[in-house]
Amino acid sequence: MSDKKQFMFLNRRAPYGTIYAWESLEVVLIAAAFEQAVSLAFIDDGVYQLVTGQDTTGIGMKNFSPTYKTLGDYEVRHMYVDKDSLEARGLSVDDLVVVPWEDWETEETVDNIVEVVDSAKLAELLEESDVVFSF
Amino acid sequence: MSDLHTVNKSPFEKNSLDTCLRLSKAGSSILLYEDGVYAALAGTSASDKITGALADRKVYVLEPDFRARGLKADRLIEGVEMVDYAGFVDLVDACSKVQAWV
Repeated sequence: MSDKKQFMFLNRRAPYGTIYAWESLEVVLIAAAFEQAVSLAFIDDGVYQLVTGQDTTGIGMKNFSPTYKTLGDYEVRHMYVDKDSLEARGLSVDDLVVVPWEDWETEETVDNIVEVVDSAKLAELLEESDVVFSF
Repeated sequence: MSDLHTVNKSPFEKNSLDTCLRLSKAGSSILLYEDGVYAALAGTSASDKITGALADRKVYVLEPDFRARGLKADRLIEGVEMVDYAGFVDLVDACSKVQAWV
């Protein structure tokens, strides 16, 4: 059995109103640095973390949204977005950040690792994970 | 003079907006800020709450919080007014007191 575990980061909070989104991002980067298989899921208000065009100049907080675009470079391979949560908020994948991914060894590329999935798929992914971190 | 009610929680996560709308009186003003701004968007499962409130209350949304979250003005529910920090102060000044639904 490999030492590599499937890590799932479950994000359910909007950015800025609380510190959860930012804290999750910090831990994701740490886990990725330890060469674990890292996936992220965005559910409920967590889908708002990925909305493009965030501009925090008026609220005196760091705009951490550009970091999501770079997660592919940190070996994050999957970013799943809950379809029901998106639809309840009148959002579509077109409102969300695009995150490219490339395997530097095999040169395999993926244009966008952000993937909208339904509840059944999400339930399956959560069950398959070795560890789930909730934010 | 009427009251100013403030809501800073997402309508999808907390019931702050619901209770605010249930207990605020006709003629009062409601200011949405921080995660409360998500309630001001058209086309969501929570939009009807604000649309209903607009029948007899004024609804405002704080622009810096709205912009921070990447939200677009063209998706605001019709009738909701955008205010800046100075506008927030003006609202507080114009109302008899502030009731915060945190």
